[in-house]
Order: sequence, then structure tokens, then C-alpha cells
Amino acid sequence: METTQPHAYRESRGELVHFDDGIVRLFVLATAIWGFVGMLVGALIALQMPFWQANLGPYLTFGRLRPLHTNAVIFAFAGNAIFAAVYYSTQRLVKARMFSDLMSRIHFWGWQTIIVSAAITLPLGITTSKEYAELEWPIDILITVIWVVFAVNFFWTLKVRREKHLYVAIWFYIATIVTVAVLHIGNSLAIPAGLFKSYPIYAGVQDAFIQWWYGHNAVAFFLTTPFLGLMYYFLPKAAERPVFSYRLSIVHFWSLVFIYIWAGPHHLNYTSIPEWAATLGMVFSVMLWMPSWGGMINGLFTLRGAWHKLRDSVVLRMYVIGITFYGMSTFEGPMLSVKTVNALSHYTDWTIGHVHAGALGWNGFMTFGMIYWLLPRLWKTKLWSPRLANAHFWIGTIGMLLYVMAMYSAGVTQGLMWRAFDEAGRLVYPDFMETVIQIVPMYWVRLIGGLMYLAGVILMLVNLFKTIATAPSKLDDSSITVS
Amino acid sequence: MSPFIETDGKHRKLEGWPFMFTLLTTIAILIGGTVEFLPLVLVESNVPRIETVLPYTPLELAGRDVYIREGCVGCHSQQVRPFRDEIERYGEYSKPGEHVYDHPFLWGSKRTGPDLHRVGGKYPDLWHVRHMEDPRSTSPQSLMPPYAWLLANDLDFEDIPSRMSALRKVGVPYSDAEIESAVRDARTQATRIAEGVAETGGPDGLEDKEIVALVAYLQRLGTDIN
Repeated sequence: METTQPHAYRESRGELVHFDDGIVRLFVLATAIWGFVGMLVGALIALQMPFWQANLGPYLTFGRLRPLHTNAVIFAFAGNAIFAAVYYSTQRLVKARMFSDLMSRIHFWGWQTIIVSAAITLPLGITTSKEYAELEWPIDILITVIWVVFAVNFFWTLKVRREKHLYVAIWFYIATIVTVAVLHIGNSLAIPAGLFKSYPIYAGVQDAFIQWWYGHNAVAFFLTTPFLGLMYYFLPKAAERPVFSYRLSIVHFWSLVFIYIWAGPHHLNYTSIPEWAATLGMVFSVMLWMPSWGGMINGLFTLRGAWHKLRDSVVLRMYVIGITFYGMSTFEGPMLSVKTVNALSHYTDWTIGHVHAGALGWNGFMTFGMIYWLLPRLWKTKLWSPRLANAHFWIGTIGMLLYVMAMYSAGVTQGLMWRAFDEAGRLVYPDFMETVIQIVPMYWVRLIGGLMYLAGVILMLVNLFKTIATAPSKLDDSSITVS
Repeated sequence: MSPFIETDGKHRKLEGWPFMFTLLTTIAILIGGTVEFLPLVLVESNVPRIETVLPYTPLELAGRDVYIREGCVGCHSQQVRPFRDEIERYGEYSKPGEHVYDHPFLWGSKRTGPDLHRVGGKYPDLWHVRHMEDPRSTSPQSLMPPYAWLLANDLDFEDIPSRMSALRKVGVPYSDAEIESAVRDARTQATRIAEGVAETGGPDGLEDKEIVALVAYLQRLGTDIN
């Protein structure tokens, strides 16, 4: 259907639709570059944990850089990847160009402005301290405005679509756009005390609840639903197979979006929030296992009869790793939300291992797979080096396995040491420091794993720029003819 | 299978109707949060008041903002869970009513260092000053970075009243008189702490530095109930 030579279709009687590929190219570039930056900061703070001398204060200390790392990888790396996926796939799925090229550009440059603002303010110590919502109120307002631009552009494109039925990827995009707006506004309500300072309207227990309603559903609706949409479009394309089950996609979509929202309080097990709230959070988290695995099954089973293609396709291999890690993280998440497990794992590096299994495995590899698939198509050329992409696959996979294994053992070790009593009923490790020293070697292993993963991203950047260098000087937009 | 999800079932019709689809999605995602959050706000017994819990003093508030700025919450929790080992290690477990003036809450999610909710009164002021200047001087082998600039940076006393006014808008019961005398009160408390630090062998001249505000805040933590 698509062609690199739109003129060839002029003779047909149908209507010619040009897609806006330029905006996708911009988002792909931003994804790769910010991914590198965010993970570089991640490597630095990973070094700061076993080696305090790497804290270059006051601006480059762990406390100030940790939110910069999380914001960069979530909103800059994963965020730009989502937008690339949405802009590429939506136009094709609804057979229409994005409603407004101008709004698409405002979205792109506005979003990059937000990221740069974060990169400046967070090292300066300008922060609300609420996880993944650290940016202060002027930036929060800008995020809201840009998100509305994105939403209007997206929904208007649906309105002028030429395909009657919305494909499952679009359902997940809809859920993403609506819910992120609700979460962002709900959790950011605050009274300013100057240009760079504000106090949230909620206090204590209520603030904790709202924060984790937001925080958990940032995972749900920024790192899960848009990536499921990405999976539903790019995986069948790369595998050249239809999605495994239409019915399963309906059942798991609705159950996922309904159940996820309830799960936030599992971040607050055994804290000062009421028991009933934590229990509700736990029960819904366990229920969440099923719709999550519905997505995994629909993804992996789409490859039925196509597994041999993994031999030749680094894109498919990356998707399989990504979806497998999604499956593992969404089993581990419900398990960690169970109170007895949470009592051991909470506040330890087990949580860090868990989120990185999801972030490096699912978000990272789904993004890399998409980028390798898009590069030749967007820049109308061949991928510069499939071998380098293969090297990225292996170094990334081994790196993240090292990373999560190190964090699991650090977390379980420290959790067990904190609660150890001797026969006389005294703490075996009354000095907190003993439990820290014990896990320092694991921090070094984590750093090595992280650096390997980062090395993979550098290989991708090289491949990306080398590929672009071979692109034709004039890049026409792709187009289709609709009857 | 229900006709709803058949290939040509009702859901198929819904897929042709983006507005309805978006509306139903919005309803689906609003239910959980609403059901969990409203009782937390409306039912008072969910956060039982504790008579002895009072708002932070102006200096403690300034110190809390330093704590927020430096991202201390990234490595230190402020929630003692009701477990035997935590009560043994840190002290009495945290109560809902202790946090009613915490805008934002600072419970944290990771303990790279120990929990701090009951750190108030645990060490002398001088210990905290030394610890911030060089963590390994008080805690050998600590992984914490030094925060020596807190001993050098001047505290912005003049900004405290506007911060108290903002907090009053979100429900912290600071009176007009308290806001009016905030700078004076903060300086008085700062001088008292700085004198104590100097008398016990610490550095002189800290009364207008950020460190005294942070010490005031840390020494207040978890001390409202006995």
C-alpha cells in the first residue's frame, strides 16, 4: 500500500493521502538522543551509590539527579517513543494525515522545551519531591497545554478518519491520552509560593494516596497502555501476521484500564494509610495480573507460525524480549503488592530491580525494536548495519539481566537483614550501616549491567546516524490511495 | 462467547464511534480512583486527629524545604512500619494523624539510608552538623554525599512568610500573628541552635545558614507524639 514514490499513484482514481512522516522522524531522533542522556544520568547515579565521591555537589548529587534520571527516561525517552508510535501508526490506521502539522510541531517542540526545563530545574533543586511529578507548577502548566494540543490533534484526526473502525492500538492511545491528563492534573494541584515553589493542596495520608494513584498509573498509562498500542501496531507489521485474538484484545483492554487505577495504594502497604485502602490496592493489583498477561499472550501468540522469522529479524527478537519482560514484570508486580511479600521488598532495591525489568526490558526493547523497524522506512534507505543492531540486542539483554539480578539479590539480602532477630530477641544487625555495606558489591554489578545497556544504546545511535547519512536528500512523505 | 465481543458484535459498533469509546474509557478509569479517594477525604476516622500534632515552626518549615530541595526523600523514608524490627530499630510506628501538616508528604519509597521519621532528638544538633558536612565523620563507611554547602549557604529568612501564607491556603492553621512574626521567630530559633552547636564544640556563626533550618526540621521529626 505504501510507496516511496507518491507520484506513481496519481493516476489512480482514488484519493491520495500523504502522511506526515517528518514529525515521526523528529520524535524518533528525540527518543534516541534523550534515551542516551537519561541513561547516562542513570549510570552516573548508579556510580554514586557505591562511590559517594561521584557526587559533584550541589547540582550533581544523587538526590537531585535521581528525579532527572526518572523524568528523562520516562517522559523524554519513553515519551518521545510513544509519540513517534502514535503519529506513525494512527495516520496509517485511520488512513488520514494528522489533523494539523502545526499542532504536531507545537507538540514536538513544546515537549522538548518541557524536557529541557526539567534538565535545568531539577539539578537546581527546584522540585516538588513527588515521584515522577517533581516538576514545579510553571512546567506543570506547560505540560497540560502541550498535552491538550496533542489530544486535540489526535482526536480531530480520528474525526476526519477514512477507516470506520478503530483498531486496538487506537483504543490504547485513547486510554493513554485521557488518563494521563486526569492523573497529571489531579496530582499537580498546588498553591504556588513563588515562581519555583508550591505546596500541594493535599497533606499526609491524602497526598500519599493521590501521589501513588498518579505514580502507579503513570506506569499504567504512560509506560504500559501506549506501549501495548505500539505492540499491537508494530508487532503484527514486523511479523506479517494478524493479531492473535480480537476477543482477547477487547477483554484485556477494558479490564486493564478499569483495574489498573485501583492498584496505587499497594505502594503504601503498612504505612499510615487506612488498612482498607491498602487491601483494595493489593486485591486489584493481583487481579491486574490477568489482563496484563492477556496483552502478553496476544503479543507472543501473534508470532505463531512466524517464530522462524526471529532468526533474521532483530526487530522481532527485540519485541519478544520486550513482551517477555512485560510478562515477568506484570507477574512480579502483583506478587510484590501482596502484603507479606511487600513487607520484605518495600524500601529495598528489589523495587528498583522490578521497575528496571519493566523499563529496560519492556519499554526499552519495544522502543528499540520500533526504531530499527522505522529507520529504513522513514529515511527511505537500508539500515546501516544489521550486525550492529544484533550486537545491541545481545549487549542490552545481558546488561539488563545483570542489572535486575544484582538488584534482586541486593533487595532480598537487605530486606532479610533488616528483620533478622537473634535467639535473645535482639536485632542481628542493629547498625543500619551493616546492611548497606553488605550490598555494595551488588551496586557495582548493577553499574556494569547498566553500562552494558547504555553501550547498546550508543550502538543504536551510531547505527541511526549512519543510516540517516545514507538517506536520499529529499524525503517525500509516504502516501496511500484510498478509494 | 458473548455477542458483545464477536467479530461483528456490539463492540465492533463501538469501535466506529470514537466519542462514545472515549467516554466509556474515561468512566472506566475514573471509578477506581473516586471510590478509593473520596472516603479518605470525607470520612474523618480515616485520619484520626492527634491533639499534640502542630504545624512546623517557621524555621522548621524552611528546613523542610531544604530537605525537599536536596532530594533527601530519594534515599530516606519517613514511615516506620508497624513491624517488630522497625519499632526496635527506629521507634514507635508512624500514625496517620502525624502527617496532617505535611504538604507534601515525604514518606519516600526507598531506604538507601535509614528511616528518619523518629530521628528527632536521637542525636545532638552538633551530630547533624558534622554529619551533613562530612557523613563519614559520624558514620564511617556511609554512602551519603557530603552537604557542606548547607553550612555556607545563607538561609532565605525573608521568604518564609510567603511560604506560610501559601500553606495557610491549603489548610495549615498559621495565624496572622505567626506569619507576621515568622522571620523574627525563625531567627530566634536559629540563633538558639547555632549557639548550642558552637558551645558543644562545633563551628561558629551558623545562625543564618541553611544548616540550622535543616537541623531544626530533623530534630522536630516524629516528636509530636510521645
